[in-house]
Amino acid sequence: MPKSLPPRLASLRDEIHGYAKEFGLDFFDTHFEMVSYDEMNMVAAYGGFPTRYPHWRWGMEYEQLAKGYEYGLSKIYELVINNDPCYAYLMESNPEVDQKLVMAHVYGHCDFFKNNFSFRHTNRRMIDEMANHATRVRRWVDKIGVEKVEDFIDRTLSLENLIDQHAPHIRRNPDPKKAEDELKANERVEGFKVGREYMRGYINPSEFLDSQRKKVEDEKQRAKKFPERPQRDVLLFLLEEAPLEPWEADILAILRDEAYYFAPQGQTKIMNEGWASYWHSTIMTRRALKDDEIIDYADHHSGTMGTRPGAINPYKLGIELWRDIEERWNKGRFGKEWDECDDLRARRSWDKKLGAGREKIFEVRKHYNDITFIDTFLTPEFAMEQKLFVYGFNDKRNSWEILDREFKKVKNKLLQGLTNFGQPIIEVVDGNFENRSELLLAHRHDGQDLKGDYARETLRNLQSLWRRPVNILTRYDNKGALLRFDGQSHSERKVEL
Amino acid sequence: MTLKIHQDHSRFKQIVRGKIKANLRKYVQKGEMIGKKGKDAISIPIPFIDIPRFKYGHKEQGGVGQGDGEVGQQLGPGAVEPGEGKQAGQGEGDHAMEVDVTLDELAQILGEELQLPNIERRQNERIITQKIRYTGVNTTGPESLRHFKRTFKQALRRQIAAGTYDPARPVIIPTREDRRYRSYKLQDLPETNAVIIYMMDVSGSMGDEQKEIVRIESFWLDTWLRHQYKGLEARYIIHDAVAREVDRDTFFHTRESGGTMISSAYKLCRDIILADYPKSAWNIYPFHFSDGDNWSADDTRQCIEMLRNDVLPNVNQFAYGQVESPYGSGQFIKDLREAVGDTPNVALSEIADKDAIYASIKDFLGKGR
Repeated sequence: MPKSLPPRLASLRDEIHGYAKEFGLDFFDTHFEMVSYDEMNMVAAYGGFPTRYPHWRWGMEYEQLAKGYEYGLSKIYELVINNDPCYAYLMESNPEVDQKLVMAHVYGHCDFFKNNFSFRHTNRRMIDEMANHATRVRRWVDKIGVEKVEDFIDRTLSLENLIDQHAPHIRRNPDPKKAEDELKANERVEGFKVGREYMRGYINPSEFLDSQRKKVEDEKQRAKKFPERPQRDVLLFLLEEAPLEPWEADILAILRDEAYYFAPQGQTKIMNEGWASYWHSTIMTRRALKDDEIIDYADHHSGTMGTRPGAINPYKLGIELWRDIEERWNKGRFGKEWDECDDLRARRSWDKKLGAGREKIFEVRKHYNDITFIDTFLTPEFAMEQKLFVYGFNDKRNSWEILDREFKKVKNKLLQGLTNFGQPIIEVVDGNFENRSELLLAHRHDGQDLKGDYARETLRNLQSLWRRPVNILTRYDNKGALLRFDGQSHSERKVEL
Repeated sequence: MTLKIHQDHSRFKQIVRGKIKANLRKYVQKGEMIGKKGKDAISIPIPFIDIPRFKYGHKEQGGVGQGDGEVGQQLGPGAVEPGEGKQAGQGEGDHAMEVDVTLDELAQILGEELQLPNIERRQNERIITQKIRYTGVNTTGPESLRHFKRTFKQALRRQIAAGTYDPARPVIIPTREDRRYRSYKLQDLPETNAVIIYMMDVSGSMGDEQKEIVRIESFWLDTWLRHQYKGLEARYIIHDAVAREVDRDTFFHTRESGGTMISSAYKLCRDIILADYPKSAWNIYPFHFSDGDNWSADDTRQCIEMLRNDVLPNVNQFAYGQVESPYGSGQFIKDLREAVGDTPNVALSEIADKDAIYASIKDFLGKGR
């Protein structure tokens, strides 16, 4: 089981902690624990937590990590939990220089967790919460039976990504805005305030009041359509409206809660990993490294930064972007004058000696997520330097190939991949579709079709929660299509959009 | 020490092996299952359980990459990982993973999965080999077989009995009589011999995908037959318009081109059988894979003649697998079906794509011959 640090590592930790503070990093208390590689793999399989509810997918994850480690294909260097205090794990067998690197990296993450706005609403006692979730699920397993509970979890996993990924926080209570709106609507029917009673008929003629009343009625009518507005948080809708057993609702709530806890980590992957890498690199090279450790450090650092042609390495892209921002603000390469300068030579030697880089990156790490980060700070020069390109599948040659290096396309593709994690955007449109209490979802089509077989299987799982037939409105080959599963069979029909 | 996760882990393995939760079986995706390591242990990429979600077809999506290269340049195999990329902390993504299974276990899984019958041996188990088994300990023997631990134990026992053992100064000196030696017995082992003769069409119309199918399928055939026969031999023949015998590596990796004369392979197969594998002592399994696009009707006629007269009478089962290819006419299997389809020791199978491999294995091995 996890052990606290031996004296030697504890003193290294104090050393690194000192450097991190010196550079102005601001983090929760951070606890390091020593684990064996096996425990490391387990904790990693559990998404960083010591305990999760029982489910085979952790086992699947574990299998992959354990085999990867045993064959020497992969190794987890760092594992840190967004929690107050932060928990991080060190692997027993790692050499000292790796431990230092990991510590420095972890302090970077902890600073990011504490300060980035996306994490502001995450539960900082998630370790306890996860343990509670595990207990709750185990209790249901004892009561209902492992098969039933696990099957329900399996089906819900099919829908796990149907939350509002970009919501600033998880909604736990009924919409307060709705109540407010209602209050306002009632006011309106009373007409304008009348100072003198004899003026009432003029200020609020009865036709006006009638028309106002009708308007309010209409609005209420519209409100009956439910949900009122298309709702991205499909899980919440199911939680509130689907005829679930108490145990099903409880488990659904747990899964939704955990999905929201992890969402910000997905939204800030590039920034977060880049930030942590920036700091391990800064702390190690400026302070912590000893002469005889440099080769090992360089080896491991470059291993982390390695790129493949067909993928973006968030560590690499992140650290380079942070460095680029720092340099630009150090040299004053921003603003109107910079943007309007066409003289390449002038641009290359542009240095206003502002020295505002550090300050800028600390500010950016507070207020951005990956989408706004890339949107704001990815420059054509950067894309060229980093040799970014768009790739796609060539059906004729049956292979992946480089399609384009044009900046706008690269940026758009990158942003597209980040929006909703590159997953389709799905909303609940109607919970009483065609007045037969069927469920209607809509896929906000953005040029890419849904994977058909997956969509049908997902509908099947959704139907088992909703009980009544379920539908999804999407598009195939630019034509509207309504996929339907009624509990027995699938059907598909064309619809006009 | 046991970890909490082992429960989840073994449950996952049970699902993958199809022992529990049959409803998830359809989500278990089959990847490539080849890659032998060491003697018996094997790592096969067993794919993960892919819970369906609303998502984009991967090929629709594309993405952003990093590195050198001109526009239009191919990224090369393995550069793009399927799947939507990992979400931090959630560890998702499509990954083939490795599971350690011994060959025998693998064969059993295969047998269970496809409900294959055990093979009826054609030859009597007449070949007897003797095998040395070390079963006991003796007081005489060659020095090379001396059993050190037992020898010293014996010496210790003697010294204690004689009262010469001093715990304060524990010196043990074995004498001649203390020495113990491993002893062996000879055991008679009945042995059956079997040979697989693989033949593959490597003419221009057999693409990489077709070969991949052959590779996977032969791996499974090999595994099953090895499970049934100890000491399985394998011979490899490739052919286009001419046939030649090659080693295993060449068999799976050659790319030839040119026309197809299947008779050349059958002729070589026949010669190999006649030269090396007398019917009385061997169980013989020729497997032939092709896209079914033979050169001429005349050649096909020759093939059938050779099969009828020389091959079929000598073998346990002749199997022909026809891999679908965009170029081939696929006529050959029809001709075979017509000519020898009724013969009990002929198995014919059409393999449309990778997913059809399982069904095809069953076609080949389901007869229990």
